[in-house]
Amino acid sequence: MADKKATRAAYGEAIVELAEKYPELVVLDADLAAATNSNKFAKAYPDRFYDCGIAEANMTSIAAGMSTVGLKPFTNTFAIFAAGRAWEQVRNSIAYPHLNVKVVGSHGGPSVGEDGATHQMNEDIALMRALPGMTVVVPCDAHEMRLAVEALLNYNGPAYLRMCRYATETVTAEIPGYKFELGKGVTLKDGSDVTIIATGITVPFSYEAAKILENEGISARVIDMHTVKPLDEELVLKAAQETGAILTVEEASTIGGLGSAVCELLCEKCPTPVVRHGVPDEFGRSGTAAQMLELYGLTPEGIAAKAKEALKLKK
Amino acid sequence: MTSKELEIKAYESRRLILDGVHAAKCGHPGGSLSCVDALTVLYFDEMNIDPADPKNPDRDRFVLSKGHCAPALYATLANRGYFPKEDMLLLRSIKAHLSGHPDMVYVPGVEFSTGSLGQGISGAVGMALAAKHTGKTFRTYAVLGDGEIEEGQCWEAFMAAAKWKLDNLCAFIDVNGLQIDGSTADVMPSEPLDRKLEAFNWHVIKINGHDYDEIKAALKEAKTVKGQPTMIIMSTTKGKGVSYMENAVGWHGKAPNDDEYAVAVNDINAHLKELGVEVDG
Repeated sequence: MADKKATRAAYGEAIVELAEKYPELVVLDADLAAATNSNKFAKAYPDRFYDCGIAEANMTSIAAGMSTVGLKPFTNTFAIFAAGRAWEQVRNSIAYPHLNVKVVGSHGGPSVGEDGATHQMNEDIALMRALPGMTVVVPCDAHEMRLAVEALLNYNGPAYLRMCRYATETVTAEIPGYKFELGKGVTLKDGSDVTIIATGITVPFSYEAAKILENEGISARVIDMHTVKPLDEELVLKAAQETGAILTVEEASTIGGLGSAVCELLCEKCPTPVVRHGVPDEFGRSGTAAQMLELYGLTPEGIAAKAKEALKLKK
Repeated sequence: MTSKELEIKAYESRRLILDGVHAAKCGHPGGSLSCVDALTVLYFDEMNIDPADPKNPDRDRFVLSKGHCAPALYATLANRGYFPKEDMLLLRSIKAHLSGHPDMVYVPGVEFSTGSLGQGISGAVGMALAAKHTGKTFRTYAVLGDGEIEEGQCWEAFMAAAKWKLDNLCAFIDVNGLQIDGSTADVMPSEPLDRKLEAFNWHVIKINGHDYDEIKAALKEAKTVKGQPTMIIMSTTKGKGVSYMENAVGWHGKAPNDDEYAVAVNDINAHLKELGVEVDG
């Protein structure tokens, strides 16, 4: 395994690395540049960086205005503010006219840790997914994040990019034939008994969980669903048909996110037992990132246990 | 254009506003009638625009931040030639493109989708900022409502425009003194607006928003200002031009019935006749 690295760190490097190739890229932040990692871009390209101060609503609509002139703005703040506080600006200023703005929500999910419930954004995937025409991307590791950023620079439309504070292992770099394409999930490991469909930092945990299951004689398929919307329906349906049981995993609320998206698809097109694993219907609390993930069972062991629950539902 | 020619255009647009709202049986006539004179001067005299080339990258931009006054924007765009005037009769209709609030995707000439108050001025700041960023010389204009500025986002935008010294941005506040629940002074007092905007480092000009010479002069002055955005605080009459709608809070978001419409048309036509325009009906 490679060294641990947070997706936000990979993002910060990616926008600097891609700046010359994409001269229309401009980066906005709301006084959190050090935390979101947009500060590296600010230092390298000060004339392409706009700090909007602690005013996320304004930043979001400013980015919309800038995009109408042909720029490719990326807005940066914590997920709680990007998708929460400024949700209606994302809806009406960006998504409704389908503008080319990338809304980057850093510090998603309970792995924010010590800052506690006010800053642990668990509802962002649901909130963003509900918007018509919105693409929702949750890269699982540093390698995937770099590819996601470039894919989003080449995508002309609104998107939400969720990233994490917590450093996790990179798995996608070592997957043979791995290719990043918006809207296309990646099968990281094949399996026949159950499928684990995960997004974000729970993907490396799920990959580990599959190894635990394998030692117990359970063959688990692992899908990295980096794009929650539009969902890769074909891949989900194939997994449902071939393995007969699904576990969804996300570092976010089980209401409205990846789990819901998978259930919505399967109940209409291929009814299949599904267990949704993530943050239950409650607010978080302070704790270290590792403690918070442990609390919700968002660990290889916790995921393996949930996969067995999904397996039990199989007829 | 002379001020008299502009006044004629503004009253033609007033007629289109009334035609649209009457046909739709809903909409916002009061605030549309208070800001349409400023829109007329912008679209017929000031802005570098071409209805035949509405996406020219060097065109001046206009954002109606008080988006509920879409009838004023649509009427002005139709009168200026962006789309047929007859389309106004399909305002708010499921059969056509003129939705209840300005829609930049479907309506030629609309630069930013507005309707959720406070967002338009931020969008205009983004356009002006992007112009500076890309070295373009186009100017960006916006019209806000005096009720709208109760939205905190407006003040975020005001701070940002001053921070980036957006002298290519010129906004208006349409001070007609009324909002849905009553007078702005009662609902949420915002005065002294001039001192507040000056404290936010804007160049401030106060005018009568129905005086074409004053609107033109203010726009001319705004172009000479360096290093600061300009706010034109215009005193207006809500419902201006229709006798029974003037200064009546009830006409914020209500359409005239057939009888009321007839009176309104009569008011507008009488004014156009005074200006020497032949009108029928």
